[in-house]
Amino acid sequence: MRFERSHTRKAAFLAVASSLALLATACGGDDGSSGSGGSSSANALEGRGPITLASGKDTSGNLQNQLNAWNAAHPTEKVELKELPDDADAQRQQMVQNAQNQSDAYSVLVMDVVWTSEFAANQWITQIPEDKVPDLGKLVPATVETAKYRDKLYGVPITSDGGLLYYRKDLLTAAGITDPPKTWDELLADCQKVAATPGGKGMNCYAGQFEKYEGLTVNFSEAINSAGGSIVDKDGKPDVDTPEALAGAQELQNGFKTGAIPKAAITYKEEESRRAFQDGKLLFLRNWPYVYSLANKTDGSSKVAGKFAVAPLPGKSGPGVSSLGGHDYAISSFAKNKATAVDFINFMASEAQQKDNLTKTSLAPTWASLYDDPALAKQFPYLPQLKASIASAQPRPRVVKYGDVTAAIQQTAYDILSKPATDPKTALADLQTKLQSLITQ
Amino acid sequence: MLLSPTLLVLGLVVLFPIISALRESLFTSGTKLDENGFIVKGSTFVGLDNYLDIFKGDTGDRFWNAFYNTTFFTVVCVVLETVLGVAMALIMHKAFKGRGIVRASILVPWAIPTVVSALLWKWIFQADGIANQLIGTQVLWSTEGWQSKMSVIIADTWKTAPFIGLLVLAGLQTIPAEVYEAAKVDGASVWKTFTRITLPLVKPALLVAVLFRILDTLRIFDLPFVLVGPHKDSVETLSMLAYDEAFNTRYGPAAAYATVLFIYVAVVAYAFVKILGADVIGEARARKPGGGGGGKRWRKKNAAKGSTDTSVGAVAVGGGGR
Repeated sequence: MRFERSHTRKAAFLAVASSLALLATACGGDDGSSGSGGSSSANALEGRGPITLASGKDTSGNLQNQLNAWNAAHPTEKVELKELPDDADAQRQQMVQNAQNQSDAYSVLVMDVVWTSEFAANQWITQIPEDKVPDLGKLVPATVETAKYRDKLYGVPITSDGGLLYYRKDLLTAAGITDPPKTWDELLADCQKVAATPGGKGMNCYAGQFEKYEGLTVNFSEAINSAGGSIVDKDGKPDVDTPEALAGAQELQNGFKTGAIPKAAITYKEEESRRAFQDGKLLFLRNWPYVYSLANKTDGSSKVAGKFAVAPLPGKSGPGVSSLGGHDYAISSFAKNKATAVDFINFMASEAQQKDNLTKTSLAPTWASLYDDPALAKQFPYLPQLKASIASAQPRPRVVKYGDVTAAIQQTAYDILSKPATDPKTALADLQTKLQSLITQ
Repeated sequence: MLLSPTLLVLGLVVLFPIISALRESLFTSGTKLDENGFIVKGSTFVGLDNYLDIFKGDTGDRFWNAFYNTTFFTVVCVVLETVLGVAMALIMHKAFKGRGIVRASILVPWAIPTVVSALLWKWIFQADGIANQLIGTQVLWSTEGWQSKMSVIIADTWKTAPFIGLLVLAGLQTIPAEVYEAAKVDGASVWKTFTRITLPLVKPALLVAVLFRILDTLRIFDLPFVLVGPHKDSVETLSMLAYDEAFNTRYGPAAAYATVLFIYVAVVAYAFVKILGADVIGEARARKPGGGGGGKRWRKKNAAKGSTDTSVGAVAVGGGGR
């Protein structure tokens, strides 16, 4: 009997121990935010001295060069780079944890454009008076909007990103089409014309990113915005139960139903869709500018090098609307030396630094003037299209509970696209109800 | 003398997180905005609301779906892994040329970190991947439906059947060769030898391996998360729900989910151990009237099998528990 009991205990202990790892995750974020407000002192941008920059992994290698330039000019106010993981979700998690511990380890945060509302509402980042950022008016306005919460500025956009329509120029020309399609209907018609030519055999028409992840929110928003609808209106209220939104959702659903969008596209993220285009399986591809140089590589990795061009995304009756990507620099509320942080952000936002960054890393800048620079346009032929894309781009919903909102959008979009029996009208009405409970708090 | 520092460390690393998670699950924070759009700070005590919310409305549907998935994966994966693991152990136990290579290659999957093997299988299962080329049709493995469940089961079985194989192999090596010789002399068939000698004698080691796998699979997270993706109803498990809540900075509900899962794991483990325990002291129990119901049934089944296994069982389980 005694033996049995001790054995039972041992095994029960094992069970406890193995569940521990899980519990530890859950209680990792303590209620560190219970401290009293302190927002007035957090708003004062004072103090000079060394600061840190929390950024995702710098894959280009140019960020450190930019920091070195700053450090050489400001020996007493050096910036140290704190590299976070490559994955955006993991970056956000580390920044949230850091903020909940009220740690001053990160001074300047490199934030994805969709995080602003959540971080600002939690007062994890500091409001920046607009007169502290002299060049704000010279940036593309749509990018500046991403850094605002309730009309107050909480960051400065440093890089931007917009969707582009990549198309097979060679096949369109062979089918006698001179201009890329401006509308979704034109795009479908072009596909049929190309399919009739010998070069178009076995080609799929169009693909974007339709796997159930953030990219689906981007693509679904683009379809709805391009058809004249919106997911969240100008006042921040959900507005997805409209005929325009329905038209946009139906375009994508019909694309899957008719096979214009290949079935496999439901599993595509950026890279899968890029590979399909590079392997010559797609006539049209919606993707970000980074694809341009990769698809033009002549080392054999791309079968379409020199055969494609870019255009703005197609819309209902004219050019479509892209979802806005990119990164903003914000100041942690718990940071020391905030005056230095503001200066540093202005340095990074300057035209010279952005130009340097564009030429070395091809990251899209936020300065409007850089898109019109002829020398740059020669190096990056997609810049005029990208400018048009970013200038008319819509931000994704700017809401505090962005994680829940994007999950709800993904759920609805995925059902509409992957289950042909789903009625888009009811699905959008359900989404409207869900968003209403998530957005009004 | 050594006991008190041990208890202290155990208290710190085991008891404290559990209690702190339980406490956390009774609070909620960060749900209300003030007139300036800022989240009202501080957490409020909500009693058992976080637990009740789990079972209500949409969240309830999501919970029961995740509960079903977790249980489904546990039952199917563990059964498959046990069968395959025993087979692997029997192969590894055989003396033949190149046994070292076979043993090593069977153990490779177990040595690969789960996230890496999930990425590996994701690559195999992608739309134009090897799996589809082999079967000659395009199955979209990572979409909702039976196929995504199956991809998780395949990947999990591939990775962890060797673990069961390893533990069973250890059990096999404790069986003295004379037992088999005696069976041979008696003219027992291969199947009879397996069911009457091998299986009962490795059972203690096997049960420990199965218990480990059950506990592990109940907490399954990284494999479906990486292989199929988050928010997919077909493969969402309880751990993924807890993660999702924590990711959206709702630590109270996240702790509640984790606690529910903790209780579920504890109950399953207790039930399993209860059955196991009844077997370990089978003889002692037999003399005592009115043992547990489960124990009785187990004993009845065992009675037919012969009784040599009990003493070996006690020894081997003690070793395996480590």
